[in-house]
Amino acid sequence: MDLSSINPILLLASLMVAATPILLAAIGELVVERAGVLNLGVEGMMITGAVCGFAFATITGSPWLGFVAAALGGAALSLLFGVLTQYLLTNQVATGLALTLFGLGLSALIGQGYIGIKAPAFPDIHVPLLGDIPVIGPIIFQHDPMVYIGLALVAGTYWFLHKTRGGLILRAVGENHDAAHALGYKVIKVRLLAIMFGGACAGLGGAYLSLVRVPQWTEGMTAGAGWIALAIVVFAGWKPWRLLLGAYLFGGVTVLQLNLQAAGVAVPVEYLSMSPYLATIVVLVIMSSGRAPGSLGRIFHASR
Amino acid sequence: MKRRNLLASGVAAAALATMGLPALAQNKTKVGFVYVGPVGDGGWTYEHDQARQAVEAEFGDAVETVFVESVPEGPDAERVMTQMALDGADLIFTTSFGYMDPTINVAAKFPDVKFEHATGYKQADNVSVYSARFYEGRAVQGYIAGSMTKSNIIGYIGSFPIPEVIRGINAAYIQAKKVNPDVEFKIVWAYTWFDPAKEAEAATVLIEQGADVILQHTDSTAPQAAAQAAGNVITFGQASDMAEFAPMPRVSSIIDNWAPYYIARTKAVMDGTWTSTSTWDGIGAGMVGIGEISDAVPAEVKAGAEAMRDAIAAGEMHPFTGPLNKQDGSAWLADGETADDGTLAGLNFYVEGIVGDIPQ
Repeated sequence: MDLSSINPILLLASLMVAATPILLAAIGELVVERAGVLNLGVEGMMITGAVCGFAFATITGSPWLGFVAAALGGAALSLLFGVLTQYLLTNQVATGLALTLFGLGLSALIGQGYIGIKAPAFPDIHVPLLGDIPVIGPIIFQHDPMVYIGLALVAGTYWFLHKTRGGLILRAVGENHDAAHALGYKVIKVRLLAIMFGGACAGLGGAYLSLVRVPQWTEGMTAGAGWIALAIVVFAGWKPWRLLLGAYLFGGVTVLQLNLQAAGVAVPVEYLSMSPYLATIVVLVIMSSGRAPGSLGRIFHASR
Repeated sequence: MKRRNLLASGVAAAALATMGLPALAQNKTKVGFVYVGPVGDGGWTYEHDQARQAVEAEFGDAVETVFVESVPEGPDAERVMTQMALDGADLIFTTSFGYMDPTINVAAKFPDVKFEHATGYKQADNVSVYSARFYEGRAVQGYIAGSMTKSNIIGYIGSFPIPEVIRGINAAYIQAKKVNPDVEFKIVWAYTWFDPAKEAEAATVLIEQGADVILQHTDSTAPQAAAQAAGNVITFGQASDMAEFAPMPRVSSIIDNWAPYYIARTKAVMDGTWTSTSTWDGIGAGMVGIGEISDAVPAEVKAGAEAMRDAIAAGEMHPFTGPLNKQDGSAWLADGETADDGTLAGLNFYVEGIVGDIPQ
């Protein structure tokens, strides 16, 4: 065993990068579920975002345009889910699963011509002054911009949900859609906006994989990240700050277990491999007191 | 080989629906292929599909090929094979280890249909098995890796602790150690064949811990991209050439070339000369190819690697030649003795010098 070969600064720095795709997808799904809609299509929207982002970034040469396209692509796919569930009143679980299958197939089709191509570089930003602080600087202040956009989204979501009138309406719609409707709020409009926000965030998460984390396009490259994002939303009790903790914990233990393996720690590899899932579940269950939004997954129609 | 995909059954079902069309002509030889991943994976399944296309190119209108991709290993595989046989396939290639029992089961129900199972060991009157000696390519990689490493740390991304992967680790280590006695292997088990994000993370971790060579036994090109980002790290293409990362970081590769075998077996079915066989071919028969060694490799190392490749191909050199001890120090092969195929097929221990335990 040689623990000295693990560099804690690099470990913490790569934790933030490893957690970002899941964090982005999960914060979007949190808003969707707080509005009372259960969208199980996160995986499909992520992979669609991954391919849209990659395609546009390689065509235009700009990763930023790629991320914009990824958000639009994810939102467009989620709008399909929105129309089906909100206007045609289909079952949300079945529609969400179908969206995942559809997204995987659609992305494979779009991605045909992009296999084996390299993405344009997306440089890290070196935050002036702060990035020069010893130890903390390299850990926190020398990442690519999407890491900070992810953090800003979490903060913005918290602020929106708990400090604004719009957030109050969104939560009211999620808790009891009949009451919200009786008060004159447009339940379906609110939910559609939430669903599109969720789709855009999932698209960004997928594009983070294809443009920064990996960075290239391969079929099925999200490999279950969308499902983990869904699980983290539930275990975080639908609270933004706990979601941040859950995503960082998951990312951190994932990176840590690979580090421990490489350092030759005498713990069976099977235990190390399951540790990210176990650690995240245990910690979030211990501190959980979260309650699902009252109308989560229920179909709304004004006549009922 | 577990390449399960939660969602693949749905994809397989959709593919089956399109496959149910009646055959156009009766006298065509129909060849079916069952794939474990998408044909666009850029590695394992991609190469099998290239070989399928080679079969079509070779025989033209005389053959008809069908394939189903992303078929999960288990009951779904049995359904897909049964459907293929019912649709009139004369020859079916099942291309993953986990299809072994389903292949045997379906073959028993269709004695007139020929089956070919990749990387397995169960044969029947109408079931042949075939595999490639990838470890021969690993030996060449180990030689280049041991010669080129400056930090003397070589990172190895393993998929699952099965004999095929362990053979590769041992073969690479033996040659690396021979040219560089100070070399050390750091092995990370990813427990997946295909998860680009996880593979990228594993490669990054190994690089952060000082590795300047990354060997991978997983299928995506993500470790190549991670090595490229890090700069002074070299890698090798896996299953496919991955030439888009040449000349750096990818300095060479192991390429699976199934086309000659698939063409020969299809021909045998057409001629009526097909018999059940067990094939395990390597560099010599062309089933394993060594991708072009790039200019990033010093000339004398390149010459040495090519000499080793040719010696293995000619049968003059065996990657597992004694004296070799097992990891615990007990004797395995005496001086000059080579490992027999039976031992290699079930290899479940490291050779002396490798640190760490194989997960059981």
